[in-house]
Amino acid sequence: MIHFRLNAQSGVATYVQLVHQVRHALRSGLLEPGDQLPTVKEVVGSLAINPNTVLKAYRELEHAGLVEGRPGMGTFVLRSLEGPPPDKQAALRKSLQRWLQSALEAGLSPDAVLAFVDAAIRDVTEDSVA
Amino acid sequence: MTAIVATGLGMRYGKRVALRDCSMEIPSGSVTALVGPNGAGKTTLLLLAAGLLAPTAGTITVLDRTPDRDVELISRIGFVAQDVPLYGSFTVAEMLRFGQKMNHHWDQQLAQQRMEKLQIPLNQQVHELSGGQRAQVSLALALGKKPDILLLDEPLASLDPLARREFMRVVMETAADSKITIVLSSHLVADLERVCDHLVVLSSSRTQVVGEIGTLLDGHCVLVGPHCDSREPDIAGVASIVERTDSERQTSLLVRTNGPILDPKWISEPVTLEDLVLAYLARPGATALPAPRAMSQASAS
Repeated sequence: MIHFRLNAQSGVATYVQLVHQVRHALRSGLLEPGDQLPTVKEVVGSLAINPNTVLKAYRELEHAGLVEGRPGMGTFVLRSLEGPPPDKQAALRKSLQRWLQSALEAGLSPDAVLAFVDAAIRDVTEDSVA
Repeated sequence: MTAIVATGLGMRYGKRVALRDCSMEIPSGSVTALVGPNGAGKTTLLLLAAGLLAPTAGTITVLDRTPDRDVELISRIGFVAQDVPLYGSFTVAEMLRFGQKMNHHWDQQLAQQRMEKLQIPLNQQVHELSGGQRAQVSLALALGKKPDILLLDEPLASLDPLARREFMRVVMETAADSKITIVLSSHLVADLERVCDHLVVLSSSRTQVVGEIGTLLDGHCVLVGPHCDSREPDIAGVASIVERTDSERQTSLLVRTNGPILDPKWISEPVTLEDLVLAYLARPGATALPAPRAMSQASAS
């Protein structure tokens, strides 16, 4: 069973934070097919958040085919998430390094790069959530 | 289904107008934040919904019925007033017994279990309890009657952060368990962001913003760009400007959108609930209200 936690300062919508945490647990192997997610009441009781927020997060995971709600029983993991294979990860890392090099050469400071990355992640994840 | 509908609702105490021309729909099963500065009419609106006042103009219906003088309906409404009225010399057990005697439907077991879970001793006198415990006892009294509607007037105002969390935990567990509709008023917006799904902003006796919080947040953003000379810059995708801050080089706008903002001059940032509410309260002329037609469609979905 996983425990959710919330970062009030992150500016990320609460249900999105829950979705990310489940995805992360699936990727890291903390959650496996057949595992049960905490019930809505358990999440609500531990975080003092609106039950509709939890339902929204679980619906989103269900739409993605990652979990399944079984009426009267709870929500169960259907499949795990695997990260990209190692060679793919190495290639991605290479291309990021190339981009960073050109950003630094163009005069961006590391701080500015981080702000860039933050904004880009927000743009991309918002598009995929909407 | 709509739990509470106000149409042209108005209330005056003698010459003083507490509420004027208020229209809103609160969907069943929602948790609605009622927000506004002191004196905006929040308490009056809750008293009208609880049937403890009769409106002087317009109508309010709760579960399709008129709350004032409808005793059967009132038994389905739980109301916790701002000053947490309890009898100080009663013990907690006597307070619960009082609730049992005064209500048609009463779940004594549930009320007692709540006290045990929160470790509030039944033989303690109410005036010896902490503020947080007193709030929990009055919440247990309101929930003991198994209401369909729960109205909470500034429930968090006098509580410390831990007691606030405990209080909202019980309220949210109740919301998860039943189809109850909850309306709670507060001027602490940050506390409400994670517990509420709908928002009503009252200011100067009128409704200023009504809607589902996710939709409201999606429909607003902060635009930051180079200083802009025009007072009302025309930007594609912006329906109206709610708040504007200028510095020598920069202009930032909190706007209501009606489409994507593609103008590269402006960087768009998401808005927090607190910023949104404060921006509207600072500009009482601005509103974000659903059109009457859109309102009834929203309640049908």
